[in-house]
Amino acid sequence: MGMNIVEKILSGHSRHGEVRPGDLVVVGVDCAVGHDLSFYDGMWDEPKAVWDPDRVVLMFEHIVPPANAQSVEALDRARAFAKRVGLTHVHDIGPDMGICHQVIADVPYARPGEILLCPDSHTCSGGVMNCAARGIGIPELIFVMAKGYTWFKVGETVRYELQGRLQPGVASKDVFLHLAGTYGDHVGQNVEFGGPGMAFLSMDQRRQLTTMCAEISAEFAVFEPDAVLQEYLAQRNVGFDGAVSPDPDAVYADVRTLDLSLVEPRVGLPDTLIHNTIPLRELPPTPINRAFIGSCANGTLDDLHDAARVLAGQRVSPSVTLLVTPASQDIYRAAAADGTIATLVDAGAVVTSSSCGMCAGFQGRLGADDVCITSSTRNFKGRMGSTEAQIYMGSSATVAASAIAGRITPADVAGALT
Amino acid sequence: MSTTVEGRVWCFGDDINTDLIQPIHAILKPVADQPRYVFEANRPGWVDEVRPGDVIVAGENFGTGSGRPAARVLRDLGIAGVLCNSINGLFFRNCVNFAFAGLECPGVRDLFVEGQTARFDLATGRVENLSTGAVLEGRRWEPELLQIHHHGGLIEQLRAEGLLVGEAT
Repeated sequence: MGMNIVEKILSGHSRHGEVRPGDLVVVGVDCAVGHDLSFYDGMWDEPKAVWDPDRVVLMFEHIVPPANAQSVEALDRARAFAKRVGLTHVHDIGPDMGICHQVIADVPYARPGEILLCPDSHTCSGGVMNCAARGIGIPELIFVMAKGYTWFKVGETVRYELQGRLQPGVASKDVFLHLAGTYGDHVGQNVEFGGPGMAFLSMDQRRQLTTMCAEISAEFAVFEPDAVLQEYLAQRNVGFDGAVSPDPDAVYADVRTLDLSLVEPRVGLPDTLIHNTIPLRELPPTPINRAFIGSCANGTLDDLHDAARVLAGQRVSPSVTLLVTPASQDIYRAAAADGTIATLVDAGAVVTSSSCGMCAGFQGRLGADDVCITSSTRNFKGRMGSTEAQIYMGSSATVAASAIAGRITPADVAGALT
Repeated sequence: MSTTVEGRVWCFGDDINTDLIQPIHAILKPVADQPRYVFEANRPGWVDEVRPGDVIVAGENFGTGSGRPAARVLRDLGIAGVLCNSINGLFFRNCVNFAFAGLECPGVRDLFVEGQTARFDLATGRVENLSTGAVLEGRRWEPELLQIHHHGGLIEQLRAEGLLVGEAT
């Protein structure tokens, strides 16, 4: 019997031979990415040495620029560690700073057929590169830094066969909201995306899907390799040889057709996305006073372009604050160079430097009476501030249109989206 | 460490997430202060009713969300373990690595009502309602994971192997 993508990558990194759901495998790790929060008080125990200083990467992104004394200490602790053990890849505050999952895809640190780990739940993001990437806890990061290996329980895999192409005005975020609303959680399962429809999705659009798979509790979320990925890697002088396709007789827990042409703009309702998203047109009138575009999923250049198309020549409602946080300084630079940042700022948005920002409650915290529409990753109760605040989720275009209107509304500009 | 847990049951529903267990503002406070904020958003006052050794019984998708040390904060609150119908993979890894007894056991939510007594064993997966005598089979921990548990967690294992800076003497 054949194996699917995740099974083949895990098998190739273990001494296990063929692997099947239910197996526990010990695998070598190709890249371990630590972030600044790993070094916060009470989180960090320092390994004497790392298994390979070229394969351990540090990113400063949750708590930058540092807003309190403990954050300053955490960053200094990280810098001292990196220097002592001789790390070669450190993304400190500066030009190559960014949210770890964005930078992991930009450099890229996630590479086809490889295994990448990071102490952040959205690490499944890296599956866009045909890489088995997943989130771990900080003790496990420390273990992997020291030893270069870890274990996985092999989960069943659900394959999503993408067909058709998105209608104008529909975003990849809407596809995910459709998936989470329709199928709910994928606890213990891997997600594999493939099919002819993926050819019409950009790398940003694909990564929005893999990143959001953390919200359905997927283990790994991977895309099949194709010419789009190959070209993306070639632009970065990274090889494609390790790319892994599923065997023709690979086994899946389920194969589900996802017709992109049938997806319409959706909204996630407060507190969870699991079976809790609806078509935007079914939402009763919902005034908002806070809006956010950003995060590891939706701080991409595609997102900023979508928002700018909607906001060009418009004004954010006086009753709304709109924060926009590019997912990396590279994106910030590109958006500044092509005029996107100016369009957003002229419309009344506040553009911040790259970080997790509002998504994790580190900036622009919500008060008890606030109602927010966000294109970020997570809408748990209390996630972005007060436990009384309500957090709705939509595409970046929906957030931009809602910020103008002062209520949740779809972007009505046909063809507005990339 | 023992693989067996026995304690008074508190019941919760589906999709109990890491931000409910350990809100972000709590993470930024001293470790000793963090347990007092558990479930402040969904069950305020509950932490004052918990006794050391109590057990959480929950539905689907327990621990969904972040990689933050939510298993540790439950452990530090005195919770002896979590039984749930299904458990988020990242939260489960943190259970193993912080030596906190989290056991996935399909159907377990309906086996208990609050206040009853649960007994379960990570090594066998056997779950027992001592108040009714009802029994279920959960997903036992593999020997490799029990090994980490016996060390008291991954950090303690690394410390015992002399791989951390600043060894306890």
